[in-house]
Amino acid sequence: MKTAENTLDEILTLAAAHFKVPREKLSPDEDFFKALGIDSLQTLDLLTKLENHFRVELPDYELQGVSDFRTLAGKIQARL
Amino acid sequence: MKQFKGEALSWELANGVIELALHREPCNELGSVSLVELEQFAAALDDPEGDLEKDAHALILYSDLKCGFCAGADLRELFERSQAMDKPQALQGVRDFLERIHRVLNRIDASPLTTIAAVHGVTFGGGFELALVCDLIIADKMARFCFPELRLGLIPGFGGIPRLKRDLGNAVVRDLLLTGRSFNAGKAQQIGLVSQVVGEGEALRAARATAAQLGKFDRYTAAAAKKFIKPIPYDDLRNEIDIFCELFSRPAVQAGLKRFVESTGAQPYLP
Repeated sequence: MKTAENTLDEILTLAAAHFKVPREKLSPDEDFFKALGIDSLQTLDLLTKLENHFRVELPDYELQGVSDFRTLAGKIQARL
Repeated sequence: MKQFKGEALSWELANGVIELALHREPCNELGSVSLVELEQFAAALDDPEGDLEKDAHALILYSDLKCGFCAGADLRELFERSQAMDKPQALQGVRDFLERIHRVLNRIDASPLTTIAAVHGVTFGGGFELALVCDLIIADKMARFCFPELRLGLIPGFGGIPRLKRDLGNAVVRDLLLTGRSFNAGKAQQIGLVSQVVGEGEALRAARATAAQLGKFDRYTAAAAKKFIKPIPYDDLRNEIDIFCELFSRPAVQAGLKRFVESTGAQPYLP
């Protein structure tokens, strides 16, 4: 079973690789829209990437208002 | 006519397969230009001298754009046009548009060709409805599907509910429609909507391989099998237009469209 910290770390690594942002520039409490510089379509890409990686379903309405990596990790962790 | 290059889409017949590519920036939104070119495609299928449908056994629909297959109806155009007209005129305009696009989609649905949607990325609203017209959906693992219309105070208007109902159980249709949530290709395959999920960037290649295989079968038999197994829900499709138009006349829809058009947020499809 992954810990919340593992999940968070994997999200940061995955997001950095997918959007070609240096991993060390991303921090858990940062606004990921700004940190990754992503628009609405890229946000959907991130959601799909995370679902595929963690093999979970993330209804997008549950993510409404979520903008930092740590809260996002919590939402994923709750579905593992 | 064996090929066409337009503003919103292009198509070409080669080796018995018609490939229709969508390429209207930003993400193949279906508006008046797309509709006219889809009508031209349907007319080419109907043209007895063109032999387009006669010389083919399969049709592949795909997108040339990186963002995805199609983000749905052109809501900006819909909002701007409806603002420029009085209410009865706007409503008539919407009804005319829906009737025209239904004619085109029904024509593709009823085609004797085996039709394949090769989708990737955003496949939302009208884009999802375009894919649902096809006999097979082959999805890139990064494809994402959604019917977000209820968030705007509408229902899908391009035949989405009747065609989804044709293919899936009613409980699944209610979930997708009433929650308006988006879902990935794996989920789409799990519920029986998608026939193959392939790696990133592989949907068109897989569709071509499938179309090549279909070319080995007798065309007449394939068309007979399709006609038998894939009835077109004409009555429900008519009802859908009426319900859509009734809902469109409500002030909540104009407010929802305005909010969407003016949104600069990262999740504009969420109300």
